Amino acid sequence: MDRRNFLKATAGVAALTGTAGVSAPALSQGAAARTLRFVPQANLANFDPIWGTQYVVRNAACLVWDTLYGFDDKLEPKRQMVESEELTDGGKTWTFKLREGLRFHDGEAVRAQDVAASLNRWAVRDGMGQMIRAIQEEPVSAVDDRTFRWRLKSPYPKMLVALGKNNTPMAFIMPERLARTDPFQQVSEFVGSGPMRFVRNEWVPGAKAVFTKFDQYVPRNEPVSWLAGGKRMNLDRIEWIIMPDPATASAALMNGEIDWWESPLTDLIPSLRRNRNVQVDIQDPLGNIGAFRFNHLHAPFNDVRARRAVAMALSQEDYMRAVVGDDRSLWQTLPSFFTPGTPLYSEAGGDILKGPRNIDAARRLLAESGYNGQPITVLVAQDQAPLKAMGEVTNALLSSIGMRVDFVATDWGTVGQRRASKSLPGQGGWHIFHTWHAGADCTNPAAYLALRAHGDGAWFGWPTDNAVEAARNKWFDAPNLDAEKAAVAEMNSAAMSHVTYLPTGFYKVFQAWRRNVLGVIGAPIPFFWNVSKS
Amino acid sequence: MFAYIVRRVLATIPVMAFVALFVFSLLYVAPGDPAAVIAGDQATPEDVERIRASLGLDRPFLIRFGEWVWRILQGDLGVSIFTNLPVSTMIQQRIEPTLSLMIITLILAVSVAIPMGVIAAWQQGTTIDRTVMGFAVLGFSVPVFVVGYVLAYIFALELDWVPVQGYTPLKQGFFPWFQNLILPAVALGTVYIALIARITRATMLEVLQQDYIRTARAKGAGQRNILFLHALKNAAVPIVTVIGIGIALLIGGAVVTESVFAIPGLGRLTVDAILRRDYPVIQGVVLLFSFVYVLVNLMIDLLYTILDPRIRY
Repeated sequence: MDRRNFLKATAGVAALTGTAGVSAPALSQGAAARTLRFVPQANLANFDPIWGTQYVVRNAACLVWDTLYGFDDKLEPKRQMVESEELTDGGKTWTFKLREGLRFHDGEAVRAQDVAASLNRWAVRDGMGQMIRAIQEEPVSAVDDRTFRWRLKSPYPKMLVALGKNNTPMAFIMPERLARTDPFQQVSEFVGSGPMRFVRNEWVPGAKAVFTKFDQYVPRNEPVSWLAGGKRMNLDRIEWIIMPDPATASAALMNGEIDWWESPLTDLIPSLRRNRNVQVDIQDPLGNIGAFRFNHLHAPFNDVRARRAVAMALSQEDYMRAVVGDDRSLWQTLPSFFTPGTPLYSEAGGDILKGPRNIDAARRLLAESGYNGQPITVLVAQDQAPLKAMGEVTNALLSSIGMRVDFVATDWGTVGQRRASKSLPGQGGWHIFHTWHAGADCTNPAAYLALRAHGDGAWFGWPTDNAVEAARNKWFDAPNLDAEKAAVAEMNSAAMSHVTYLPTGFYKVFQAWRRNVLGVIGAPIPFFWNVSKS
Repeated sequence: MFAYIVRRVLATIPVMAFVALFVFSLLYVAPGDPAAVIAGDQATPEDVERIRASLGLDRPFLIRFGEWVWRILQGDLGVSIFTNLPVSTMIQQRIEPTLSLMIITLILAVSVAIPMGVIAAWQQGTTIDRTVMGFAVLGFSVPVFVVGYVLAYIFALELDWVPVQGYTPLKQGFFPWFQNLILPAVALGTVYIALIARITRATMLEVLQQDYIRTARAKGAGQRNILFLHALKNAAVPIVTVIGIGIALLIGGAVVTESVFAIPGLGRLTVDAILRRDYPVIQGVVLLFSFVYVLVNLMIDLLYTILDPRIRY
C-alpha cells in the first residue's frame, strides 16, 4: 500500500467511524479500466464543428458525430455511414444510400433528410463544399429515408474526398433540426451520430469534457483505419481534462492521474521517457509545416523579387532548430508546400529553398526590388511557442539581408485580428506573420487554403497568381493519380516561383501515454476507437 | 453604524459602475478578435467577418455598452461568445474551487503568519527573528508558480502524498477536497504569509514599546498574555487591513495557482477568456472580483470597530 492509498484508507475508516460524508467515492477497478483520462492539445471551448473550426473541436466531434466517408491511413476516402453510391448523368449526379440501423444519440434513426440538411450547412462553411455549391444544379436532397442525391451542373470527381476528408470543417452528420441552424450560429444541442455521446451537464469549458459510450452505434465490419472502418469502443467513458500547464500535465501523466497526453512539450520528452510507465511516440506521421506568410498587397512584398530575396536567405534548418530542437528525427527541411511521404508530394520548383543560403545574392535582389529601408512589420505571437521561435529567426533573417524590422510582439488573439487587416503596415496592417499548417491539410490542394492565390478571396496575405490557381483546378479535374501528381507538381512549382508563402520546414511532435493504455496510434487526430486500458 | 453601512453599500454602486465602464472600454480598445479565434486558422476573411456580424461585434460602442448595462441591471451577465453558455452558469461552475482555494489559503496564512510575526517581534534580533524575516523575503521573491512546481515535485511526485493536479468538489468528501487543495494553498499562501508576518512583526515591535505593555509586565502578566492579549489586540488594526488588501493578492495569485495545479476555478476562466477575447465572460468575472474586493474592504472597515472600540462611524 502506498502513502496515498493509506491516506484514502484512513479517510474511509474515518467515514465508517462516524464522520459520514467525508470519504471519497471510489471508482471500481473495472470502471477505472474503462475510463480514459485524456489531455487534449487545447481547450474545448465550443462544440459545434461547423461553426468553430479549431482542430480541438474537430477532434472531439469525431467521437460524437459520424461522417458519410472517412479517410483511412492511406488518405483514401472509404464508406462510413454510406452503404453505396452511384454516379450517373455523365458524372453529374451523385446518389448515395445510407447503411441500415444508423441511430442518433436521442434514439432517432438517421435519415437522408438529416444528411441533406447537414451537408447543406457544411457546404456553406467548407472550401470544397463551396465549390460543390457553386456547381450544384440543386441542393442535396433526400430521395427517401435512406437515399439522398446531389445533382451538379458539371462533374466533381473529388466528391468522396470532400465528404470524407479530415480537414476542418468535416462533413459531420447531425439531426435535421440541428443542421438547419445558420452555419454562422452555434447549434444548441449536441445530439450525435458517432460512437460516443457528449455529456453536456459534465462539460466545464476550459476544464473538462466527458464522453460516454453510445451503445446503439453500429460499427462497420471492416477493420478500423483512422476515420474509416469499424469504430469499436472498448472504453465506457472518456474524460478530456484541460491542462494549460505542460509541466503539470507531465507530472500528472507520470503520476498516473491522466492516461494520455496529446501534445507534450518537446522539452519535457526526456523526463517522460525516463519514466518506465510512460510511452512516448510521434503523434502524427503527417506532422506540421511551418509557414512564413507575406502580405502581397503592400511594398516591398508586393514585388516577387523581394519575396524571392527572403526565400534565398531563409534557412529552414535555423527555423526547425528553434521550433523543435536538435533531434533530427523530428524535423526535415522542406523544398515543397506539400506533406513529405504522401502520394502527391513534389519538390518541383523548390530549388530556391535548397542548398547553402546566399545572403549576398538576396541583398542584391532585394535592392533590385526597390526596397527603400521602410520598417517591415512582423507580427509575432508570444503565447504560441513555435510562432515565437519562428518570429525570432525571422527577425535575424530579415536583418541579415538589410531589412529594418518592426517586431510586434503580441498574442495570438491579436495576430488573428490584425492579419485580417488590409491597411498599410504602419497603419494597423502587417507585412509578415507566422503560423503552421497540419500536414494532414497539405497532402493535396483540396483544403489547402493557405496555398490559394486568388487575390481578395485568398487566405491572409491575399496572393494573386493565375498559374497557381490553374494548377489547382487541374488537380480537381484530374481523372487519376498520375494526373493528380502532375497537377500538384505544377502547383508546387508555380507557388515556389510566385513565393505564395514560405515553408519554414516540416516537423513532428510527440504524444505520450501510460503503458497500460493499449491501441494508441500515430495519426492527425487522436483516435479512441480500439483503445483500451489494461 | 447602520447608516454608515448603508452609505458604504450605496458607495459601491458608483465604484461598480466605473469598473463596468472601464472594463468595457478597455476591452473595446484592446486588440484581438473573438471572431478570428472562433473561425480558426483555415477560415477566410469573409468567414471571420460574417461571424463577427453574427456576434454583433460590428455594432457601435455605445449601442453595445448600453445593451450590456441594461442586461446587467436585470441581473443578466450575458452569454459567452464561445461556449454559448450563460456567463452566470460558467461562474457558478467555477466559483467553488476558487472560493475553496482562497478560504484554505486565508486560514493557513493567518494561522501561520501571525504567530510567526509575533514570535519574530518577541525574539527581535535573534536567529528566530532572522529566520522568519528571511522566509518573508523568500516568500515575496519566489514566484507562486515556482513554489507550486517545487511542492508538486516533492509532495506529489516524490512522496506521492497528494495528487499533482485537479479539484474534487467538497460534496464528494472533505478529505479528497482537502488533498487536492493543500499544495495550491501552500503555494498561493507563501507570499501572503510573508506579507502578514512582516506587518505583524513591525506592528508588534511598535506596540511592545508602549507604556501599557511595560505596565502589564510590571503587574506580572505572563509573556503569552502580554504578546497575544495585550500587544496583538492593539496591533490588530494594521494586520487586518493588510489581510484585506491581500485578498487582491489572492485573486491575482489564484490565476497562476489554478493554472499550475489545473484547478478549474475563476482564475483560469479569466485567463482563458482573455486569451480568446470572450468579452462577456471577462466583463462578468472582473465585475465579480471587483464586487468581492469592495465587499471585503467594507467588512474590514466594520471589523475595526470591534478591534478598536475607539473607532466610531
